[in-house]
Amino acid sequence: MLEIDIVPERRSHLKRLEAESIRIIREVAAEMKKPVMLYSIGKDSSVMLHLARKAFYPAPPPFPLMHIDTTWKFREMIAFRDRMAAEAGMELIVHTNPQGQAENVNPFDHGSSYYTQVMKTDALKQALSLHQFDAAFGGARRDEEKSRAKERIFSFRNSAHSWDPKNQRPELWSLYNTRVKAGESIRVFPLSNWTELDIWQYILAEDIPIVPLYFADKRPVVERDGTIIMVDDERMPLRDGEVPEMRTVRFRTLGCYPLTGAVESGATTLEDIVQEMLVARTSERSGRMIDHDDSASMEKKKREGYF
Amino acid sequence: MNEMSGVSGAVTAYLAEQEQKGFLRFITCGSVDDGKSTLIGRLLYDTKLIFEDQLAALKRDSKKHGTVGGDIDFALLVDGLEAEREQGITIDVAYRFFATDRRKFIVADTPGHEQYTRNMATGASTADLAVILIDARKGVLTQTRRHSFIVSLLGIRHVVVAVNKMDLVDYSEERFREIEAEYKAFGGTFDFETLEIVPVSALKGDNIIDRSPAMPWYEGPTLLDHLNTIEIDGDESKRPFRMPVQWVNRPNLDFRGYCGTIVSGSVRPGDSVAIAKSGRTSQVARIVTMDGDKDLAVSGDSVTLVLEDEVDISRGDVISAPDSRPDVTDQFSAHVIWMNDEALFPGRPYLLKAGSQTVTATVTELKHKIDVNSFEHLAAKEMHLNEVAFCNLSLSSPIAFDPYETNREMGSFILIDRFTNQTVGAGVIWYALRRASNIHLQALDVDKKAHSELKGQKPAVLWFTGLSGAGKSTIANLVEKKLHALGRHTYLLDGDNVRHGLNRDLGFTEADRVENIRRVGEVAKLFVDAGLITLVSFISPFRAERQMARNLVEEGEFIEIYVSTPLELAEQRDPKGLYRKAREGKLKNFTGIDSPYEVPENAQITLDTSASDAESLADDVVRYLVQHGFING
Repeated sequence: MLEIDIVPERRSHLKRLEAESIRIIREVAAEMKKPVMLYSIGKDSSVMLHLARKAFYPAPPPFPLMHIDTTWKFREMIAFRDRMAAEAGMELIVHTNPQGQAENVNPFDHGSSYYTQVMKTDALKQALSLHQFDAAFGGARRDEEKSRAKERIFSFRNSAHSWDPKNQRPELWSLYNTRVKAGESIRVFPLSNWTELDIWQYILAEDIPIVPLYFADKRPVVERDGTIIMVDDERMPLRDGEVPEMRTVRFRTLGCYPLTGAVESGATTLEDIVQEMLVARTSERSGRMIDHDDSASMEKKKREGYF
Repeated sequence: MNEMSGVSGAVTAYLAEQEQKGFLRFITCGSVDDGKSTLIGRLLYDTKLIFEDQLAALKRDSKKHGTVGGDIDFALLVDGLEAEREQGITIDVAYRFFATDRRKFIVADTPGHEQYTRNMATGASTADLAVILIDARKGVLTQTRRHSFIVSLLGIRHVVVAVNKMDLVDYSEERFREIEAEYKAFGGTFDFETLEIVPVSALKGDNIIDRSPAMPWYEGPTLLDHLNTIEIDGDESKRPFRMPVQWVNRPNLDFRGYCGTIVSGSVRPGDSVAIAKSGRTSQVARIVTMDGDKDLAVSGDSVTLVLEDEVDISRGDVISAPDSRPDVTDQFSAHVIWMNDEALFPGRPYLLKAGSQTVTATVTELKHKIDVNSFEHLAAKEMHLNEVAFCNLSLSSPIAFDPYETNREMGSFILIDRFTNQTVGAGVIWYALRRASNIHLQALDVDKKAHSELKGQKPAVLWFTGLSGAGKSTIANLVEKKLHALGRHTYLLDGDNVRHGLNRDLGFTEADRVENIRRVGEVAKLFVDAGLITLVSFISPFRAERQMARNLVEEGEFIEIYVSTPLELAEQRDPKGLYRKAREGKLKNFTGIDSPYEVPENAQITLDTSASDAESLADDVVRYLVQHGFING
């Protein structure tokens, strides 16, 4: 185990980030009427959940976890999700867009952009309105993407759940304005100031469980338009000539399996992953197809309510 | 994970090294087109923080929006919002991360346009150092002066002035010295702890990381050298202990923990602590974290404290060193930066959030505004967007604070509009005003609880409000008689009687009426402390003042009783002949005639005198007290 407090009089970088995140999480619990923690099952969510448990120890976090299930997540993710919620002693809310499900909206027939809109963005808005949450934690980081770099830690949403990037509340010191009217809400990003390296370093230092898909293993995959896609279940339609083959791959980011590219890797430990990341020259979101269309696409999605 | 194989050993060593790196938060600011975004893009590029796919996207975008011909436009890397890229300006503060082999950095890239000064202040509030850019062709501009002023106001002690675009003035030493002298002429007045002026070209990379061969005459450090080595004396752990309580953790009856982030000083189990506002003291029993109990926690740590005694502490209290407590005040002087399109007017109430304390605040006096160009003090009646003024503020209830100069976390606040919920202002506190300062509340051993237990009742304020002649005094009088008969301890404060004694120096102007209510509210509060059921019979026509009186006592102790009588009926009764006088114009500002009565929106009890007689209405009030546990039946 990595020893973090080597020089006790000097506050370590991770301890500083941890303390800041805990402060943010507590502020939400103290000031908001009905918060919820969005749980995407990825490594950032794992860190966020861990921080929430630390914030309220010995009590469990005083809010539920919520997962927007597109029904196309990796199976291993779902099993992991249920285990972690139980371990944290938190209520788990799972929401799927019922209309989308009835119409069988899927990434193959409808394209990634429409599918994401219906099964993720619309579903999220439905769930937030349904439960009347006035605050939702998300695990986004500012180093991930350009429009996120400009988003506040407490990011205001109007009653239609949309973000107005030109009119953000000034956010000074650690004084967060949590005031909302009925129907309005705030998205809160406790990991705003973490980098990808910080996340891995913290997972290593704190021994935080993550979904095994992050580690290299032999998995059935096909290569499609330059991206390695895992055939996670029989719903994936194979194109002419495509035959799943077993390759040693892992995932740098987790989402819906048909939209998440794998990388060929032999990294089977956290140390291997960190080492691989350090020499990597491709940033992590490139495995997500959603960002490829246009570099302004994330901002557009966020304005419309995407996390 | 504990296996130390070759690879994991090397990685573990690398990570340990990462952990030992220093850390610096800085902002970049300056006027539009001084090249801030280009500078940060250059730092990210040169420290190899740009990944290949981002670089590919950047090259693509450079062709589409770029302003530098065929070259890579580094600004596009940081100008993340679509509107910014189209207009070529930076609207909002962007946070960027990079690291060198010595330090990790968070850079807040802040906008140059005057209209976005509030975003610049947002970035500055959390920074330890500011890089102020100047375009070598343009020299010192108003924005340079404005930003230097705000940087200084927000307590940033270290400044680097980067004289950029040196390539466009042929790397001229003469031009650089000119700008250096011009900046020092006014920058010297801010008394920055360090001030370094560096000639650079962000676009070409001169003096950013490597020394510029084009400027052999410059002998100072490169920008990155300076950022890597500057010593920021940020040791908050040596200052007096402060921990604002954010959350009270009460999972079961056996555990009561106070959660918060230590903003200065350090704490160990066994240390004595004082609660700033109540004056109560106790000792720290445990410092609880999920990683086990700690024997030391320092500034910056988010912890949970368990105290030895059952003291009454809630969110907003500040646990502090008993021998060096924060000030507790409801009036102070502060610099305020106004961030709203709608102007600030003295007297208008806003919400003020300082640490975990939120109260209502008004600016009672605008002392002066500050001209950001000449730094002159100007007289002002109101404050507009992006203006800075020195003012006095008055709060609905006291807060604990330290002056901003000695403690950034304890001396800063934001102002929130109560209706739009926008953050409309930010302020830094200088000092408490006169009487409120340094009078620490003495915690009394025989307290309200002891007083009321002896009397066998829960104290309360019964606040009767309504038109003159509505029947307030009649009913209040009957209620007191009934309570007295039940053996209850009471006191009745009547508006007219009080005006003959305590308030006989007050007239009927708006200011005097407010003061009238304030004094009665304070007296009622003392009587509640004494354990009495206190009846107050006052017209008190304005909601704001009744709210003020309500805020003086604890939640649940204030029972607003609206004595509802139609104006015609009250006027018909006219027991003191006052309505007649008012109608004849002999009495000014008479409630109901030429001064409004604001009907309570959420009165605990409404008594309709046109429907029932005084006797039965008084019974209603007594019944309310029984039902709500103030007295036994």
